[in-house]
Amino acid sequence: MNGPKPLLTVENLALSRGGRRLFEAIEFGLAPGQLLLLRGPNGAGKSSLLLALAGILRPDSGTIDWYAIEPPKLHLIGHQPGVKARLTLTENLAFWRAVNGPDGASPEAALEAVGLGGLGGLDSGYLSAGQTKRLALARLLVTDRKIWLLDEPAASLDAEGDALVANLIAGRLSTGGAVIAATHDNIAGATQTLLLGPTP
Amino acid sequence: MSALVAIIGRDLKLATRTGGDALTLVLFFVMAAAIMPFAIGPDRVLLAKLSPAIIWIAAFLSILLGLDRLFRADEDDGTLLLLHHAAIPLELVVAGKVLAHWLLTALPLLIASPLLAVLLSMDASLWAKTVLALLLGTPALTAFGVIGAAVTVSLKRGGLLAPVLILPLCIPVLIFGVALVAAPEGSSAALLFLSALSLVSVAFCPFAAALALRVGSE
Repeated sequence: MNGPKPLLTVENLALSRGGRRLFEAIEFGLAPGQLLLLRGPNGAGKSSLLLALAGILRPDSGTIDWYAIEPPKLHLIGHQPGVKARLTLTENLAFWRAVNGPDGASPEAALEAVGLGGLGGLDSGYLSAGQTKRLALARLLVTDRKIWLLDEPAASLDAEGDALVANLIAGRLSTGGAVIAATHDNIAGATQTLLLGPTP
Repeated sequence: MSALVAIIGRDLKLATRTGGDALTLVLFFVMAAAIMPFAIGPDRVLLAKLSPAIIWIAAFLSILLGLDRLFRADEDDGTLLLLHHAAIPLELVVAGKVLAHWLLTALPLLIASPLLAVLLSMDASLWAKTVLALLLGTPALTAFGVIGAAVTVSLKRGGLLAPVLILPLCIPVLIFGVALVAAPEGSSAALLFLSALSLVSVAFCPFAAALALRVGSE
């Protein structure tokens, strides 16, 4: 069987938080060009799984194998935007570009791509929740990283924003990247879905 | 290197735009020292004798005052979590924040110290020795403060706990800081001890604080 070389393999993963078992026996693999959707009710452990994959939470058992990208250099979009209200949009993106690596789009081009063109000089504190989310998504573009871990990427976004998320993900997949998204929405192009539920 | 510069530059930029943080610390520093004559009395000789210790305690309290904001804002807006995946190790991120924090808290105190020298009847040579002691000792106070802030950032009331945690660590800095000012000409023991304390704590701090941040994020 000659499929594409996997980027990630997860075997028999179990994770608890606050003494409560969130999930166990989780297994999946991810290859370039694949989109995995994490589904499940609130509290099922979707965000925690993303944090475990990012190396921030330590699983109880099981293995997370990032082939050839150890430590995994990836983009994580979490519940908090990582945006400084006192910095302008351009300054926020320039900071992340400097910190994560300047091999992606320029801050101006990234803002244009997420529909915030022309607002680069504005303090980020003046943005709406949806615009702040778009600014967080623009961070994906200023540094080129193969893996994106997205937690509710379309939360706070309007219909046009939903389409933007789908386009960004499609763009990443088409260039050999892979995306894992925890979401309650449908995102076009999903190659796998992992349903998490409460552990009895 | 550009990542480190970006972290330092961002913290400095945010501090200047947030407005007044550095100035508030300086005012606290000056006022904390300026109230001492009211407690001690108008004996200028006694004041001059106690002035190095007064300045050290005021500086220490001022540095403690700025600790809570060190990682808290980054924790609250999600930046801290994202910095785990920066192109540079978390230890280097912390090193950048240590330097920025020293520039924002300790350096303004050094600049404001001539004012205290006048208020506390210090002569020029005593003031110069105090500035030298602060210059050598405040990096250690900052480093211990950064470790305390990192340990407590994930705790809701950590802002109150951090000063209590680091206070015992800072006692040797205060001892050698004041001893350096009181030391006779030609004696270098206190200077060497203070320098060693700062060098060791600043070298150790990024590793300890980064470890604390990793554990705290779990």
